[in-house]
Amino acid sequence: MQEFLQLIVTGLVIGSVYALVAMGFALIYKSTSILNFAQGEFVLVGGYVCLWLYTDMGIPIVAAFFITMIIAVFMGVMLERLILRPMIGEPIISVIMVTIALAAVLKSVVTILWSTQIRVFSPPIFSQKALEFGVVRISEVYLWTVGFAFLFLAIFAAFFKFTRVGISMRAVANDQQVAQSMGISVKKVFAISWSIGAMVSAVGGTLVGNINGVNITLSDFGLKVFPAVILGGLESIGGAIIGGLTIGVLENIMGSYLDVYLGGGVKEIAPFIVLIVILMIKPYGLFGIKEIERV
Amino acid sequence: MPLLSVNNIEVIYDDVILVLKGMSLSVEEGQIVAVLGANGAGKTTTLKAISGLLKTEEGEVTDGTIEFDGVKIDGMEPEKIVKLGIFQVMEGRRVFEDLTAKENLVAAAHTQKCSRGELEERIGQVYHYFPRLKERENGLAGYLSGGEQQMLVIGRGMMARPKLMMLDEPSLGLSPLLVGEIFEIIVKLNKELGTTILLVEQNARMALNIADHGYIMENGKIVLDDTTEKLKNNEDVKQFYLGLTEMGTKRSYRDVKHYKRRKRWLT
Repeated sequence: MQEFLQLIVTGLVIGSVYALVAMGFALIYKSTSILNFAQGEFVLVGGYVCLWLYTDMGIPIVAAFFITMIIAVFMGVMLERLILRPMIGEPIISVIMVTIALAAVLKSVVTILWSTQIRVFSPPIFSQKALEFGVVRISEVYLWTVGFAFLFLAIFAAFFKFTRVGISMRAVANDQQVAQSMGISVKKVFAISWSIGAMVSAVGGTLVGNINGVNITLSDFGLKVFPAVILGGLESIGGAIIGGLTIGVLENIMGSYLDVYLGGGVKEIAPFIVLIVILMIKPYGLFGIKEIERV
Repeated sequence: MPLLSVNNIEVIYDDVILVLKGMSLSVEEGQIVAVLGANGAGKTTTLKAISGLLKTEEGEVTDGTIEFDGVKIDGMEPEKIVKLGIFQVMEGRRVFEDLTAKENLVAAAHTQKCSRGELEERIGQVYHYFPRLKERENGLAGYLSGGEQQMLVIGRGMMARPKLMMLDEPSLGLSPLLVGEIFEIIVKLNKELGTTILLVEQNARMALNIADHGYIMENGKIVLDDTTEKLKNNEDVKQFYLGLTEMGTKRSYRDVKHYKRRKRWLT
């Protein structure tokens, strides 16, 4: 029982970061209808940029963190403006190919700039010391991670619910033409969506980088986001968050209980088994398009 | 000078389909102007040409000009046109279903650089005209009744404080009682807030009752325009749009070769 609780708690920590990145993915999909296959690369770029600023350039972590976010926002805006806006109106498959190409390019650029070895934030920012909470032990860095992830999730939840920009973004996701008829610029909303999508991913990259260190496989993190958003339902931002947490917990539990029988590696594939099962039994996910129909 | 003048415009969809063929109309400040016509006459296209929304559906104004308040607006982006003070309330009660009624109103004030307090004040004003929206303000707009949704889309128009509000078939699919209520409010908006109204309608009787001036459209152009008093007494209008003869009785289709009279307008 104690082990089980422990697995749930550590699963929730990683899951909260999945949730953050999945929220960015769902946001981009919801407002622009583009499946962004480069989401994992945003995580990678975020992790590396922050590590570079902090470890190599010696910038204090708080400043490094904010600069990383600003760079991510800038990257999101530029990508939307230069690469994705010209694709408006093109067939969906072309747009998807563009994001896949974008993923390859971003990955290569990171490799060229920082090579591929694993690197860690040094000196470490958060201690690895474990704290006891009843029967569960959790290290300090995990606590910080989950705290930051939930802080950002809460900030964005409030942003979409209460600010005028957030409300108009949801309006665009709901009906683009009507949104335009009231003077909301769809292009601006697209740009904001991409920059938020890139920013939360970069934050995710920084958080995970602090736990495991940073290397090129950080971009695989983006793949884990697919099961999360499919589970939650592609259009649902709330669903993406719940999906992310669930995937985090499931992979941890499946990994540690099934590895014994299957000889390891279950943790890596567990999310994708979940993905296939969801697609078979509930293809629209838990909270997918719930069209309101009046009778 | 009229507030809005549409001069001889031509609209083509998808580079091939000619929908408006020399359409002209003008709206004086403070008036209610009605545009009547059968399905497919080009009424909605005219509104979209004015609001700039044509662009979102591969349509284009290829000839003629549209002027609003002395500014040439054809070819402008829709968001700029909204900022100038034109607001189109689209056909079919297109509320944002996933937003609450109140959020719908907030979204509609997007172009207005007003403070929170001012925003709340405007929402209060909408609730003053439509008390029923106040009761449902935190409910999802998708679950409102048809009448409430129509009130909400008109309320959204009020949030932008436009000089000219263009209403596309506000009576569509509503019960006669509700239609009456909606039209009363349109008149109130015009009288109390001074909003100029351009109204597209199938419900000719209602529209002619509240409007100052009426246009009748067929096949992409205006075939008749006059003050509503005169239109209501026009024989053709009476027969084709109000369904009456000189006697004020319903006319049987057997009594008249319908198409022959109709043809006279087009030549």
